[in-house]
Amino acid sequence: MLKKEYNAVTYVSGPLLFLEGAADLAYGAIVNIDDGTGRIRGGQVIEVSDQYTVLQVFEETSGLNLEKTTVSLVEDVARLGVSKEMVGRAFNGIGKPIDGLPPVVADKRLPINGAPINPVAREKPEEFIQTGVSAIDVNMTLVRGQKLPIFSGSGLPHNELAAQIARQAKVLGEGEGFAVVFAAMGITQREVSYFMQEFERTGALSRSVLFLNKADDPTVERLLTPRMALTAAEYLAFEHDYHVLVILTDLTNYCEALREIGGAREEIPGRRGYPGYMYTDLASLYERAGVVHGKKGSVTQIPILSMPGDDITHPIPDLTGYITEGQIFIARDLAQQGIFPPINVQPSLSRLMNNGIGKGKTRDDHKELADQLFSSYARGVNLRRLVAITGEDALTETDKKYLRFASNFEQKFINQGQNERSIEESLNIGWALLADFPASELKRIRREYIEKYHQKTGKLEELVRA
Amino acid sequence: MGTIKKIAGPAVIAENLEGAKMYDIVRVGKEKLVGEIIRLDGDTCFVQVYEDTNGLMVGEPIVSTGLPLALELGPGLLNGIFDGILRPLDKIQAASGIFISRGIEVSSLDRSKKWDFTPHKKVGDEVKGGDILGTVPEFSFTHKILVPPDKGGKIKHIVGAGQYTIDDTIAELEDGTKLRLAHYWPVRKARPFQRKLDPNQPFLTGMRILDVLFPLTAGGTAAIPGPFGSGKTVTQQSIAKYGDANIVVYVGCGERGNEMTDVLVEFPELEDPQTGRPLMERTILVANTSNMPVAAREASLYTGITLAEYFRDQGYKVSLMADSTSRWAEALREIASRLEEMPAEEGYPPYLSSRLSSFYERAGKVVTLAGEQGAVSVIGAVSPAGGDFSEPVTQSTLRITGGFWALDAGLARARHFPAINWARSYSLFLNILEPWYREHVAPDFPEVRGQIISILQREAELQQVVQLVGPDALQDAERLALEVGRIAREDFLQQNGFDKVDASCSMAKAYGIMQMIIAAYKQGEVALSKGATISDFLTDPVIEKIGRARYVPEAEFPAYKAEFDQMIKTAFMGAVKA
Repeated sequence: MLKKEYNAVTYVSGPLLFLEGAADLAYGAIVNIDDGTGRIRGGQVIEVSDQYTVLQVFEETSGLNLEKTTVSLVEDVARLGVSKEMVGRAFNGIGKPIDGLPPVVADKRLPINGAPINPVAREKPEEFIQTGVSAIDVNMTLVRGQKLPIFSGSGLPHNELAAQIARQAKVLGEGEGFAVVFAAMGITQREVSYFMQEFERTGALSRSVLFLNKADDPTVERLLTPRMALTAAEYLAFEHDYHVLVILTDLTNYCEALREIGGAREEIPGRRGYPGYMYTDLASLYERAGVVHGKKGSVTQIPILSMPGDDITHPIPDLTGYITEGQIFIARDLAQQGIFPPINVQPSLSRLMNNGIGKGKTRDDHKELADQLFSSYARGVNLRRLVAITGEDALTETDKKYLRFASNFEQKFINQGQNERSIEESLNIGWALLADFPASELKRIRREYIEKYHQKTGKLEELVRA
Repeated sequence: MGTIKKIAGPAVIAENLEGAKMYDIVRVGKEKLVGEIIRLDGDTCFVQVYEDTNGLMVGEPIVSTGLPLALELGPGLLNGIFDGILRPLDKIQAASGIFISRGIEVSSLDRSKKWDFTPHKKVGDEVKGGDILGTVPEFSFTHKILVPPDKGGKIKHIVGAGQYTIDDTIAELEDGTKLRLAHYWPVRKARPFQRKLDPNQPFLTGMRILDVLFPLTAGGTAAIPGPFGSGKTVTQQSIAKYGDANIVVYVGCGERGNEMTDVLVEFPELEDPQTGRPLMERTILVANTSNMPVAAREASLYTGITLAEYFRDQGYKVSLMADSTSRWAEALREIASRLEEMPAEEGYPPYLSSRLSSFYERAGKVVTLAGEQGAVSVIGAVSPAGGDFSEPVTQSTLRITGGFWALDAGLARARHFPAINWARSYSLFLNILEPWYREHVAPDFPEVRGQIISILQREAELQQVVQLVGPDALQDAERLALEVGRIAREDFLQQNGFDKVDASCSMAKAYGIMQMIIAAYKQGEVALSKGATISDFLTDPVIEKIGRARYVPEAEFPAYKAEFDQMIKTAFMGAVKA
């Protein structure tokens, strides 16, 4: 069949191309754009009327001219060919292989925009995912079907943490398939090599699907990358029963791209120049996490964003926080002390944590231990401020214990480096940190658990070394 | 039949659509997507489409239904969960699986279910719009079948008691009008009533800080603004559970899918304190999560208020929870920008404020057309960007609503729940409710309330001093004020939503706890003047007794309070006593 070609290009600006006489293209259709030299670029219809059609070009528009450029229809909407064979492979931001292997043979071609999950079909997320990171597993537990973002800042080691989680994450229980879908948006070549090497070196690649959109790839592609990744994730979860953890980094680059395209389309901007529909747009990504009735698999998300100027009220973290179910907060001051992962538990939160912990899921004492660690740490941190003014001599013995606890908590519990810890190990270390206190100071924990665990989980030094 | 001329996201422009009227519902394209006409300009009309428009093409047909967006109101709504335009989500699931696909036509109400109808009118009776034709039991609730507000006349024929579906004719008027158990009403038009009444009764929520300090009236409006993580949704859900309304309409407008699941899982298990039946049986959920189409999100608020009005017209007290009105305003902004309208502040359209007012003004306590009293109270959550209350949605809302319950991220971080900031919140209903409080709670209630407020204010002042010089620098009298303030905060304002007893508190108990705190303050002053120390105060078992008071079941509370009244007489004397 001969493909219909459109050649009445009238206007090119930034990533946009205006076409006349193409009213028979569907809204959202995917097209090929040939610049006359045989070089093909992808594009998508973002507005169509009987007068003109607006195309968003997926690659840079340099070299396109008005006379020779022709456009032809590829697909009615943007789609991704999916297959179980994608696991273990690496793709670029628009789903083309970059690992030197041939393209996967698609089982299906699914529209990447997906469709909203019917709220009635959702199941309450309440199964634990072990990330192997103490601070997360104990204090802000990740639950299957949750979306729990990492709020970071530029120069902080969120990528290292992401790679560590990708390597270590697992669901407890026998015979549960687990896969990681990793989507990077606008990352530098250095970061691309870091991720590729890490995934290969640690063997994480064998259970992962990578989508890597580089900083010098066309901006528009960044808008497709997370959707490609989520489409693959939904396919693996809901058709092949995988528990899929989707890691998206860095959402800030994604939002910048959204703003850039919005600007090119001459849209009316909202806060700080970001489009007014950014909330809806982000929600169309984040809400694709979930567990649904009648399906074994699940989609869990850890989106990572770097807060511009470490400002949590910036539109990107702000809108994200309104949609996601908590946040993991990376702290600059902890990072500067060399603590890894530098997670500050105080502003961090997992809203679904209580559903996924306790007897039969993690351990009976989990909730109360986490509350106790949180409140003891908060007290220790408050005392630091006082010490800064009055000096340590003014403190009581108990207060000094809290100070010591706070620093041990950071140095021994949070600061686990690249080691993996099971939830059991993490909880035991938590108890070992509290061993210094008499039982009467542990007000958040009921007597039963104090008798069972207090000063009984082993010495801190040995636990941490193990 | 018209044709599509232009497509940009949810906005579609069509031409030659004959007989097009503003706000008529249209079917767009070959897939028959649902849309609504929002602007007319010569031959062209602007349509907002309630479903995803990907794949739509110029030249596809567009058909007007000739009717505005209307809801079918009748038995079968309770215990239901619907999308923004009242399509039952469970039927959508049956039709399209776990994902919501497009162009699905499902009926809001079950068409085959038979309802037990008992007529209250007979042949020859003159009825007017809003009159009660008869009743139908729905769970433990009596659903009153209304004559549609715009119909009326002499009854020519009415069926006897028996079982009927919503499509059966149950009565016929002289002019030939046939009446069914259900009728349609357009969502953007407020349902009529005889007149509005002064809202002089409280809408009790079971939350002490609200019921005592910042009360809402039955028929009043309140806004809950707060940054993310400050507990807006938890507060709204708590009010939905324990608030004293016959019917709860909960609109999840652009919020999280998992949160709706929470409500869906929890409400059927929770017991309605009034009837002992599952809470879900008096609840209607309208769920348009953040990733569902924006145009339907815009409609969902009107869908919610129309449902609320329908039950109000049956003479019931209805509460409407809208979570969150900011997401609704964003939907308004998004559609306005697609239509290239001139933006005002932060890109919101200039009519934001008037749209919000016309929504909130549909609340109220009224005399219904049938001559009964009904009320709709509206509680709207606001999600201010960056937690900044000066943004347009919060500000426009504040100008309209009578209650302002400011949530505070700092309080939430300190695990003080409900995280409602008592210094920033207010209620405009205090004066109108004062007689009610004096009559139904205690003659001196407003004075006691005043004392608690001054204790809290005094503590806030002292806290500033303490942060500079430390608590040791204070005089004992000031230490006492500080400690009493802490007690008021922790044992009165704080409420544990996860505790079976403390989750909801009656006015009598709230009043009792306030009295206990004030009595302790007075006795503390007496003891200090006689030479007792502040540690005598802090270590006295009476203090713990106050702390436990909120966990004491309502029935046992009077005895508990009487015990306290005995203990307090000799409390805090410590060494002085010996």
